[in-house]
Amino acid sequence: MTVLEQLQAEPKNLWKRVLIFIVLLFIVAWGSSTIEYNGLTAKGTGIAYGIIYGIFHPNKALLFDMSDAGVPYLVLQTIAIAVLGTIFGAILAIPVSFLASTNIVPKPVAYFFRALILMIRTIPSMIWALVWIRVTGPGAFCGVVTQSICSIGMISKMYITAIEDLDTGILESLDAAGCNTFEKIRVGILPQLSAGFISTAIYRFDINLKDATTLGIVGAGGIGSPLVQSITYGRWSNVGAFLLALIILVLIIEYASTRIRSRLARGQ
Amino acid sequence: MSQLRIEKKTPLFDRIFKPEHIVLENGHTVDRPRSRMPLIIICLLLVVYVSLQATGFNMKTIVERGYQLSVILSKIFHPNFSYFPSVVNPLIETIKMSVVGTVVGCLIGLPLSILASSNINSNKPSLLFIRFLLSIMRSVPTLIYASILTLVFGLGTFAGTIAIVIFTVGIVAKMLYESIETIDMKPYEAMTSFGANTLQAFWTACMPQILPTYIDDCLYCFELNVRASSILGYVGAGGLGVLIRERTGLRAYNDLGMVLLTLFIVVFTIDLINDYVRSKIS
Repeated sequence: MTVLEQLQAEPKNLWKRVLIFIVLLFIVAWGSSTIEYNGLTAKGTGIAYGIIYGIFHPNKALLFDMSDAGVPYLVLQTIAIAVLGTIFGAILAIPVSFLASTNIVPKPVAYFFRALILMIRTIPSMIWALVWIRVTGPGAFCGVVTQSICSIGMISKMYITAIEDLDTGILESLDAAGCNTFEKIRVGILPQLSAGFISTAIYRFDINLKDATTLGIVGAGGIGSPLVQSITYGRWSNVGAFLLALIILVLIIEYASTRIRSRLARGQ
Repeated sequence: MSQLRIEKKTPLFDRIFKPEHIVLENGHTVDRPRSRMPLIIICLLLVVYVSLQATGFNMKTIVERGYQLSVILSKIFHPNFSYFPSVVNPLIETIKMSVVGTVVGCLIGLPLSILASSNINSNKPSLLFIRFLLSIMRSVPTLIYASILTLVFGLGTFAGTIAIVIFTVGIVAKMLYESIETIDMKPYEAMTSFGANTLQAFWTACMPQILPTYIDDCLYCFELNVRASSILGYVGAGGLGVLIRERTGLRAYNDLGMVLLTLFIVVFTIDLINDYVRSKIS
């Protein structure tokens, strides 16, 4: 077969591509009908300029202020919220995910817990924060409790996959070797699950760190609330300082978490 | 020389805590490294202790005031169905925002991901610059973008859509360049040796390989965006969030329950549709 014949033998799906293009165009056109561009607001250009100015001229006094209102303390608080939220969430997710795995419990029980997990996942974390604020009052404490609950949703979903992939053949061989139940769990099940569980928790920590900032908007502590306050009052050098700290923090954590997770995946 | 290199490679931990020396029955010796578990646990406990102090965690409050939780939750779980008509419009607004945001974001993300993959773009400075830009886009939460953009563009869906676009570009491009870097480069090299330029070669040789992943990533982003855009209105960027803010402000938690129920059904339906499309593609 010559090159030319091969080229002509290629399936002709031009009409398919055109169709996909038209559908996409139609969806975007339908979607843009409510999105109207009203132009910049009266102060819009000034604000855009302010943000850019603020990022390049962060408030240095704030950046190195060691008091409760300074950037280092707020960053520490944000990390603390994410750490506790992830650890509590990861621990709470263990029983939930075992109860939602079809190879451990009967199907109706598993589906009940899956519905529960789906419910936790669907309610936005912000709503959880608003609900918990009634209990704890505003502050970092509220953020911790909120994240503990929200994390259960995603973490359990990943745990369930790990649990359902368990190799049960190993348990039979441990039985044959004369192990008791505790030993079977210790050497037969834990090593299979631990890497996946830890990797999931670290991944969730990444997400929680960003989420902790968002939660600050409703008053759940961390760097979010002072950031949004500075935005509304137009203190651009403060905004710059907070944004800079946030970006650096997220970049470092993301890098570290990717490194640790790839090491876990390689089994070191 | 080789001895030195091995010496250097031993981790710090094993040099401080010398490995256990075991002499086997047949005379061989085995070095068993000390377990790192105690060290990890001590570090973890320390971090948890500091975090508990920094956040003012107080178990007593949860136990004593826990009943407050049921006050709101029970109202949320008894949604006010007569409120449904007022939910419809913001809901459609939210979906439209996330559809447009996802499509535009995914389209912008594609060329950026090509520029950010090290096996296609051999120009190191531009590669690092694009990756850095993408990292920054991802590291600021959507809600912060939205609160800044509402000041620039005014309250409404436009600011929300732009916030979604920025977030989508960051995440799609990252997922995509990671998969571009793992593709089979042989067809690409064959094309370039025929005299095709980078773009032509990429389009014919690499695009078919990454297209399924690309569509998968876009669908995943769409799911994320529907959830994210539902709360964007909290800072005034249009959609369901406006209702969420208004109803929680008025303490009308039954109405809030209705908003959440609708959101739940929509997210669930979109998940189902996406799963169906995914199974068709793969």
